[in-house]
Amino acid sequence: MAITLKVNGRSHTLDLDPATPLLYALSDDLQLNGPKFGCGLGQCGACTVIVKGQAVRSCVTTVESVEGDDITTLEGLGTPDKPHPIQQAFVNEQAAQCGFCLNGVIMTAKAFLDKNPKATEAEIQQAMSTVLCRCFTNVRMLRAIQRYGR
Amino acid sequence: MNLNRRDFLKASGGLIVTFNLRAQGPVQGSPPLNQLDSWISIAADGSITAYSGKEELGQGISTAQQQLVAEELSVPFQRVKLIYCDTALTPDQAHTSGSQSHPANFNSDNLGQAGATAREALFRMASQKLGVPVDRLIATDGVITVKGNESQRVTYGQLVEGKKFSLALDPKAKRKSPSQWTVLGKPIPRPDLPQLVTGKFEFVHNVRLPGMLHGRVVRPPSIGATVANVDESSVAGMPGVLKIVVKKNFIGVVTEKPWQAIQAAGKLKVAWNPGPPLPDSATFHDSLRKLPARDTLMVDSEDVDAKLSGGATVLEATYLHPYQMHGSMGSSCAVADVQGDRATIYSATQAVWYQKSTSAMILGLKPENVHVIFRRGSGCYGVNGADTVTYDAAILSQAVGKPVRVQLTRKDEMAFENYGPAYVIDQRASLDASGNITTWNHESWSPGLGNRPGTNRPGNIITGYLLGFPPADFAPRSSGPVSARVNNNSNAVPSYFAAVTGVVQSGRVLTHAVESRFFTGPLRSPARLQNTFAHESFMDELAAQVKADPVEYRLRHLRDARLKEVLQAAAKTANWETRPSPKPGNRKTGLASGRGAASVLYEGDNGYTALVAEIEVNQDTGKIVVKRMVAASDVGPISNPDGLRNQVEGGALQGLSRCLGEEVTWDSEKITSVDWRTYHSLPLGFAVPKIEAVLINRTEGEVMGAGETSITLVAAAIGNAIFDATGARIRQVPFTAERIKAALAARA
Repeated sequence: MAITLKVNGRSHTLDLDPATPLLYALSDDLQLNGPKFGCGLGQCGACTVIVKGQAVRSCVTTVESVEGDDITTLEGLGTPDKPHPIQQAFVNEQAAQCGFCLNGVIMTAKAFLDKNPKATEAEIQQAMSTVLCRCFTNVRMLRAIQRYGR
Repeated sequence: MNLNRRDFLKASGGLIVTFNLRAQGPVQGSPPLNQLDSWISIAADGSITAYSGKEELGQGISTAQQQLVAEELSVPFQRVKLIYCDTALTPDQAHTSGSQSHPANFNSDNLGQAGATAREALFRMASQKLGVPVDRLIATDGVITVKGNESQRVTYGQLVEGKKFSLALDPKAKRKSPSQWTVLGKPIPRPDLPQLVTGKFEFVHNVRLPGMLHGRVVRPPSIGATVANVDESSVAGMPGVLKIVVKKNFIGVVTEKPWQAIQAAGKLKVAWNPGPPLPDSATFHDSLRKLPARDTLMVDSEDVDAKLSGGATVLEATYLHPYQMHGSMGSSCAVADVQGDRATIYSATQAVWYQKSTSAMILGLKPENVHVIFRRGSGCYGVNGADTVTYDAAILSQAVGKPVRVQLTRKDEMAFENYGPAYVIDQRASLDASGNITTWNHESWSPGLGNRPGTNRPGNIITGYLLGFPPADFAPRSSGPVSARVNNNSNAVPSYFAAVTGVVQSGRVLTHAVESRFFTGPLRSPARLQNTFAHESFMDELAAQVKADPVEYRLRHLRDARLKEVLQAAAKTANWETRPSPKPGNRKTGLASGRGAASVLYEGDNGYTALVAEIEVNQDTGKIVVKRMVAASDVGPISNPDGLRNQVEGGALQGLSRCLGEEVTWDSEKITSVDWRTYHSLPLGFAVPKIEAVLINRTEGEVMGAGETSITLVAAAIGNAIFDATGARIRQVPFTAERIKAALAARA
């Protein structure tokens, strides 16, 4: 059936099974590279997008449930030439190894810090305990998140 | 039309060439290693393209290689474009693995030597063109000028005129020394980050070909199970389902869209004949001792038994390590386009050439008609699901004659990857009256099955096996005589043996390889990590026995000056307090703090490393918090200090996760660690210790690998710190709270 998704400020009407997880609509139909399939179980964060200001796991969120809502993906924050400050913070800290987890890390951190601009180090740590980086770039990533928080 | 590689590059401007190539014609063989044109080309406009057989997995090697070529050619970093691991374009350098990329390309041959050969060739051409001897020329920024007369100049582009060099690599071409470096040795930022942080980077997961379909595989419940029946009617009428593919025990579905493939794979009714039962996990480690084994005697001074039975003080201990997994962040993915007698494959494999030869085997194609192009996947630390999913995509694409993308489920990734193997290690040593080691006996048992596919073993990984290819043979045999040359590339020989880096003259190292029920393979620091955990823990036990300071005791038994220096550097930065363990005055309840050290020369010749860990143990709960890790390393001349730091930090934390929580688990029928609830990784946000990387930049001598250094030491350093804090010795990884509590309860 026809489903309208509002992604990064643009509306797209797609013919989808309403139970389709949002991730597949974003990565296959809309060909976005930001949100990624990591586990399909909402456990690792790789698929995170921001819906109405909340970090949402797009691998376990149906397209039907977010129809018409404002959906922001990693691509919606900034570009290589004009990165968003949080993206720039990750470049400045050289906070990556393979980079596969970056989508989940950046989107989760942004949604959290935008809501909790005065978060302490311990609160940031707690918020970031829901995502994984299996190359273990933790030191640099947490530093980048704090840099953005300031 | 049969364009050569250079024409393609001219026509297409480099990286996007791979798409053109597919449409153009026969796939070319890999360019020869001994020819300069295989490594470097300079276009008429002066732009430089370098080709490497060592790929970027996230370890920063592409940045370092770009620096290497820029350095040797005296051009800025940005001037060099690097293309790596495309079987039609780049030289065949086998795997990207084993911390071998730096040794392979930065020492006396391959990419670095190609850079020097090219520079000298350019100087000779300029000398001829300008009529000035070579020693009066200087190169800056891709332009060669005459010293003192800068109006006499010629650019690289003008010299080469878009032609080939047609030269062999010159082993005598003079390399720049680290003291001359202006590009190498600098912390140049990684050029891929702006794309990565903005979602513009193309992972293999993002490769999209015109008309591409989507596949999913249906795996057996366990290795050894066979297909009894596939009921295709169970998915009849489901939207988008195009084909059910059954080949021996391989099953997959192909659909129009990814969500359809996931649903169809879940619905497809398959009856399996169960495989043989899995070993009892409660008695698993002990059971390894009784299996038929392939033995290797690496060292034997033939006086070990006499020394151990001579009434001297003898210590013995057994160390256990579990199977662990890569557990890559993203489940593995590949895209294959198999049409007729040829195939184009996008894969995150660490070995594009072996993927080419073994994909050809499973597809029944000629290897020269298979073109494998590396695209980065989710971090791989040896052999995750990248190779097996490449076979999955290839088989499904061949079945439908169209491009197919396959991504594994989380469970299929975790239940069937090639695990880092379990280990049982027995250590025994005798001590003289001054507490020095007089002999050391090391004996280990480790299960293996399969491995990387290599040139011709697709059955070494699950998909090849399901398709009917056998894994590499396992033939038990007793050990032959000790080889004259000690090969310590698995660090089975303790550092303290005179045969390697130490002073102990008497010792024996006997290893037993036994057959595994699960696939195994090289997981970051394979065998080196397990062996070093046992050696560096046992060394601490010996030091404690004779009430010696653990660092001093190590230094006393070491001969290699660089290994000593790296250990001293870590101890100094950590303000190591010289005294025996355990720490005096600690109470037996509540919080207790302590420190532990470990050191090793990775693989016996590939990276000096030492680690000091400071921890706090809650003796009531068995939980530990690591406060600080100081990791020193000496890997020769450092090509990019920030890249090295990133590897050292990441290795230390990955080692911590493996040490504290990671363990493959199973019941009688199946693997049960199949997601992030059942396989226990540390998350991004935890009480991350302060990590200090101490980098010794040894500007003389050879470049070594660095990717597997710090991780090798973590479990030993943490275990030693637990002992220092509490007096309890923990000898089984992972150090779960339960195991720590049990060790605390067992204290004298």
